[in-house]
Amino acid sequence: MDVLFSQLFAGLSLGSVLLLAALGLALTFGQMGVINMAHGEFMMAGAYTAYVVQGIVSNAGVSLMISLVVGFLVGGTLGLVLEMTLIHRMYRRPLDTLLVTWGVALVLQQAARNIFGAPNVDVRAPEWLRGAISIAGLDVPRTRLFIIALAVVCVVALSLVLKLTPLGRRIRAVVQNRDLAETSGISTKATDRLTFFIGSGLASVAGVALTLLGSIGPTLGTNYIVDAFLVVVVGGIGQIKGAVIAAFALGILQATIEYSTTASIAKVLVFVVIVAFLQARPQGLVSVRQRGIA
Amino acid sequence: MTTSRRLARVLPASALVLVLGLSGCGAKTGESTADTSAAASCVETDGDAVKIGFLNSLSGTMAISEQTVRDSLDLAVKEINADGGVLGKQLDVVAEDGASEPTVFAEKAEKLITSDCVAAVFGGWTSSSRKAMLPVFESKNSLLFYPVQYEGLEASKNIFYTGATTNQQIVPGMDYLKEEGKTKVFLVGSDYVFPQTANKIINAYAEANGIEIVGEEYAPMGHTDFSTIVNKLKASGADAVFNTLNGDSNVAFFKEYKNVGLSAETTPVVSVSIAEEEIGGIGIDNVEGQLTAWNYYQTVDSPANTAFVEAFKAEYGDDRVTSDPMEAAYTSVYLWKNMVEKAESFDVADIQAAADGVSFDAPEGTVTINGDNHHIAKTAMVGKIADDGLIYTEWSSEEPIEPDPFLEGYDWAADLS
Repeated sequence: MDVLFSQLFAGLSLGSVLLLAALGLALTFGQMGVINMAHGEFMMAGAYTAYVVQGIVSNAGVSLMISLVVGFLVGGTLGLVLEMTLIHRMYRRPLDTLLVTWGVALVLQQAARNIFGAPNVDVRAPEWLRGAISIAGLDVPRTRLFIIALAVVCVVALSLVLKLTPLGRRIRAVVQNRDLAETSGISTKATDRLTFFIGSGLASVAGVALTLLGSIGPTLGTNYIVDAFLVVVVGGIGQIKGAVIAAFALGILQATIEYSTTASIAKVLVFVVIVAFLQARPQGLVSVRQRGIA
Repeated sequence: MTTSRRLARVLPASALVLVLGLSGCGAKTGESTADTSAAASCVETDGDAVKIGFLNSLSGTMAISEQTVRDSLDLAVKEINADGGVLGKQLDVVAEDGASEPTVFAEKAEKLITSDCVAAVFGGWTSSSRKAMLPVFESKNSLLFYPVQYEGLEASKNIFYTGATTNQQIVPGMDYLKEEGKTKVFLVGSDYVFPQTANKIINAYAEANGIEIVGEEYAPMGHTDFSTIVNKLKASGADAVFNTLNGDSNVAFFKEYKNVGLSAETTPVVSVSIAEEEIGGIGIDNVEGQLTAWNYYQTVDSPANTAFVEAFKAEYGDDRVTSDPMEAAYTSVYLWKNMVEKAESFDVADIQAAADGVSFDAPEGTVTINGDNHHIAKTAMVGKIADDGLIYTEWSSEEPIEPDPFLEGYDWAADLS
């Protein structure tokens, strides 16, 4: 029973990491159709932001909280610059965005290597996130709880923005019919920029959270980019709800298979399951209902 | 991205193999006998200088580690040249970038030997790079000095192995755990050749020594989520862990290890690929008190090491640290020098004949070459990571351990190879 719960928790926490990594992508790839290969590097930027902030603010707890905010702004700004300089030239050409952002990813990795050096750096976790707390006889790592909570906060905040704010309405309008939105007086240009700002900012927030779990180096993003795309594709492109379900489903699946086999086999089997699933349901878990002319 | 990048790497690499293979076939028909003698006579020893080759990854994933080795090789050459050179000749270094690709290592090794005519090559890190270079050095009859601990089960007359083989690192690491009274050991490693081979040896050792292996887990390279593996580890009731993880995975592993409440006091982890260089990136908080098995630490207390560390810091900065592979690389240049001076010749055959028993007062202690398997006798040291980020010797073998790459001297290892 213990094992079941601890694995369920491992799955949930892995799911929340996947979700954090994928949430911003669900917006930029899912909603805008931009295949942003530099998404992982925006996560890396967030992780390095946490490192820099900790160099200035020595209290680990305070610096973590500041990093989440500053990280969002740093990632958002990077995304904004990328959108304004390159991406806006190639909407509706997803393959071109793939190549261009892949190049940008390499440039950002090398930039990080030049600025911070090739070896990994370390961010200390605050005192109150160290160790485990006991829930129903189960030792649950505090960092994992924190990341689950952070994922929930990000999803809720993003949903609220999309559902309730004028910006959210504009984003949804542009996604559903760009031309009609434009003729209705919505500036699609400004909307695109803000969407990219939020999506990239969320990537950096994920990066700040990841400093609690793993290494902080120039290649941090490459470890997560494939998983992030998988979550968005399995979830159904353009669907935040789908991304949430897919992230947790994949997390729990990976943790369950890994427990009874090995990490390598689990990775392969998860891919097999995804391929089989996409054969049966190419549009992903949740699909947009569209009234198309064609 | 990882898959696409891997594909992007494999395609040109396999094309290269094909091309190299074909050109090799073409050359062999008429020149196979001329080849070896040409290689031998190609080394220029008449002037005031003699060329040697450095071959390390200065780009790609291995650059982080191999650049440090390169720094210490440069230091050794600088010192030797300042001291009058080898047989009165200054060393002239030809440096090449292996680019973290085994095929590039093989190609550049061939270039160093046949067109630069170097007397010996120093470098390599991964076993795959060494395996790729081995046939080149054998067919061209030249010498490679390889400075990194590895999985053993190899001995070539054209390679001198100055890092540890398994009986100088892994077996002593297990000896230490046994002496500490640990009976339930958990094995965790990256999913590739070194950890798999190391764990095979540990399993055989454990069976013969009354230690129970309570779990054996492998994580794919670059794996970043260790919650399941650490859960299994915790549930296994292990009282020690033997860690053969490589690279970034160590960071995620140790953070998770600490998060679930495991510690060096309750369940110590012996690691074989974390050295001084990596500790800062993992975070001292996360690894303080944990153990490592190597043959050298920056803190080794000997006049030779004091001089080495001082010279290194003077050259590259006070914030730099020295590590086992760096020391082994530094030592390898001096060992070659001593062999050349004993043989009074730069010729490969003369050096091979003179090799046995050549020794050097290295920073790690006195090392001696074994002429049969071209490895060196090394003192094994289990160290503890301290809060200053350095590793301090906790236990060491009483004397240098003779290299035994095929583990022939251990009864329990009879079935391994």
